[in-house]
Amino acid sequence: MAEWFADNSGLLGLALLDGLASAALIFLVAVGLNLVFGVLRIINVAHGSLYAIGAYAAASVGIFLASLGLPDWASLPALLLAAALVGAVLGPLIERLLLRRIYGQEEVLQLLVTFALFMILEDVQKLIWGVQPVQHDLAMRLLGTYDVPFAGDVVPFTAYQLFVLPGAALVVLIGLAWFLRRTLTGRVIVAVTTDREAATAMGIDARRVFLLTFTFGAALAALGGALSSPTGAIVPGIGAQTIVLSFAVVATAGLGQTEGAALTSLLIGLGRSIAVYFEPELEVVVPYIIMVAVLLVRPNGLFGGTIMRRI
Amino acid sequence: MRRIETGLGLLGAAALVLAAVLAPWVKFVLTIALAKGIAVIGILLLLRAGQVSFGHALFIAAGAYTVAFLAPVVPDAIVLLLAAAAVATLAGVLVGLFVTRYREIFFGMLNLALSMVLYSVLEKFYSVTKGTDGIRVELPRVASVTLEREPYEWAIFAIALILALGFAGLTRIYLDSPMGQALAAIKTREQRLEFMGIPARRVLLAAYVLSALMGGVAGGIIAMTTRHVTPLLAYWTSSGELVFIAILGGAGGVLGPFLGAVTFELVRIYAGAAVAEAWQMILGAVLLLVILFAPGGLWGIIAHGAGRQVGRRRGAAA
Repeated sequence: MAEWFADNSGLLGLALLDGLASAALIFLVAVGLNLVFGVLRIINVAHGSLYAIGAYAAASVGIFLASLGLPDWASLPALLLAAALVGAVLGPLIERLLLRRIYGQEEVLQLLVTFALFMILEDVQKLIWGVQPVQHDLAMRLLGTYDVPFAGDVVPFTAYQLFVLPGAALVVLIGLAWFLRRTLTGRVIVAVTTDREAATAMGIDARRVFLLTFTFGAALAALGGALSSPTGAIVPGIGAQTIVLSFAVVATAGLGQTEGAALTSLLIGLGRSIAVYFEPELEVVVPYIIMVAVLLVRPNGLFGGTIMRRI
Repeated sequence: MRRIETGLGLLGAAALVLAAVLAPWVKFVLTIALAKGIAVIGILLLLRAGQVSFGHALFIAAGAYTVAFLAPVVPDAIVLLLAAAAVATLAGVLVGLFVTRYREIFFGMLNLALSMVLYSVLEKFYSVTKGTDGIRVELPRVASVTLEREPYEWAIFAIALILALGFAGLTRIYLDSPMGQALAAIKTREQRLEFMGIPARRVLLAAYVLSALMGGVAGGIIAMTTRHVTPLLAYWTSSGELVFIAILGGAGGVLGPFLGAVTFELVRIYAGAAVAEAWQMILGAVLLLVILFAPGGLWGIIAHGAGRQVGRRRGAAA
């Protein structure tokens, strides 16, 4: 065992760092999915498409800004700009035109509607950005690499993945906790999540809260995508992969658990990246093995309480 | 109503045979449509319980790969179909024991996740599954008779048609039985079912296993018709198609899935090639329109029209 560590410490270090970076991205998507579910009571299957569109949009915005001759550092705020743009345009559009029609309907219908939206958005991506991989990694190259000391070895790792991605996840985690507990809008959202009828009776405009929350959740998904775009090529199919993965996180953590989702993202992110380096065939299967194992023991997820069911 | 359904079913079957005789190229499309229709009846069963599976392509792929793996060993269509059904049923029991603990979104997404796992496994383990290249299926014998290509295709078409009628009838009987009636209760108030001493999980599991069996049979037929299996059979888009067909056809009668499947496959032949890039988008848009504006699907539209006709005739008689 000790010998194995000595031989593989460099690889293991790389796996852990990679896991941390991908956990940060998964968390951003999962937390948006969770938030939207908490308020709207709809699991948005198209959430993964918003991630993919965020990634494509970030690459396009980045390429456009570079063509204007803007300095290289502009590629970092460009990522945020793209995410905000996608959230602000698609969020209200989807909520107003589609989701508003199906609140309070049968759950299976709500599922089917977001699934239909997912199918539509998957092809919209192909029509706009084509099927060839899209790449724009200026933001990552800009920050260079950083040598991380690990178990007597030195692991070179990109500063972008080492600092920006986990940093963004941390900011969202703390910022969201602060927003929901300390601001009026945040407390209104919590009120609607807890008891929609009572909140409405107190004069809260639930429709506005729905719109706001959905837009915010969409922007978080797009942010995850935008931040992921400099780390690799964007290919068709990442939307499906992302929704399944982020749902795995949400289900494993327990619906509605934000802090739990952060820990679970880490667990699944690390599990997956260790698989990538040591048993690549298992890469895609590991998150589900973790999910199934957790759900078999704890049907409501690691941090989920018992759900009250109607009688 | 049941007699009308039987009559319509036989009439539909006759129409399909006629179409296949008049335009032999359509036989291939119709065989696939019948196979998908069989799988969609399974989706319909689960929809009765208010549950939607986004991963039933798992069982289609299980059936299809069973055929592909066994075809070199036992090249007989009947035996292969039985094996496909057996493997899918077994998979249905294993997966079902897990997923029937969950409802609604969990049920749907866990099915999706498991089918994506199978997809990845089929894609990644190249040494066994030949990855995305897929496996070619040699022409099997049919009931120990070696056939040329043309009669073979007819034989598979006939088998698909007989199985489609058989499974439609079986499902009708199942839905009318207490087990089938209990399914609808899961959708409305599951607790009441439990209060009556009927374990809801077992009711759902029975339907789930039956749906897996039908998925496996469908996969077997598809493998022997296209004679080439790829991991794409298990991809989420294939599961999405099944759900699409179920909603398009209408969740009412057991003939809806076949109406939906034949329409779907024929439209795909013409439109799918022309707008390959936007195919999922069109499916999604039609799905939205059907859900929002025609909840009964094609079957609902026809049944509604027929109901009005009957009503008018009665009105004239009185």
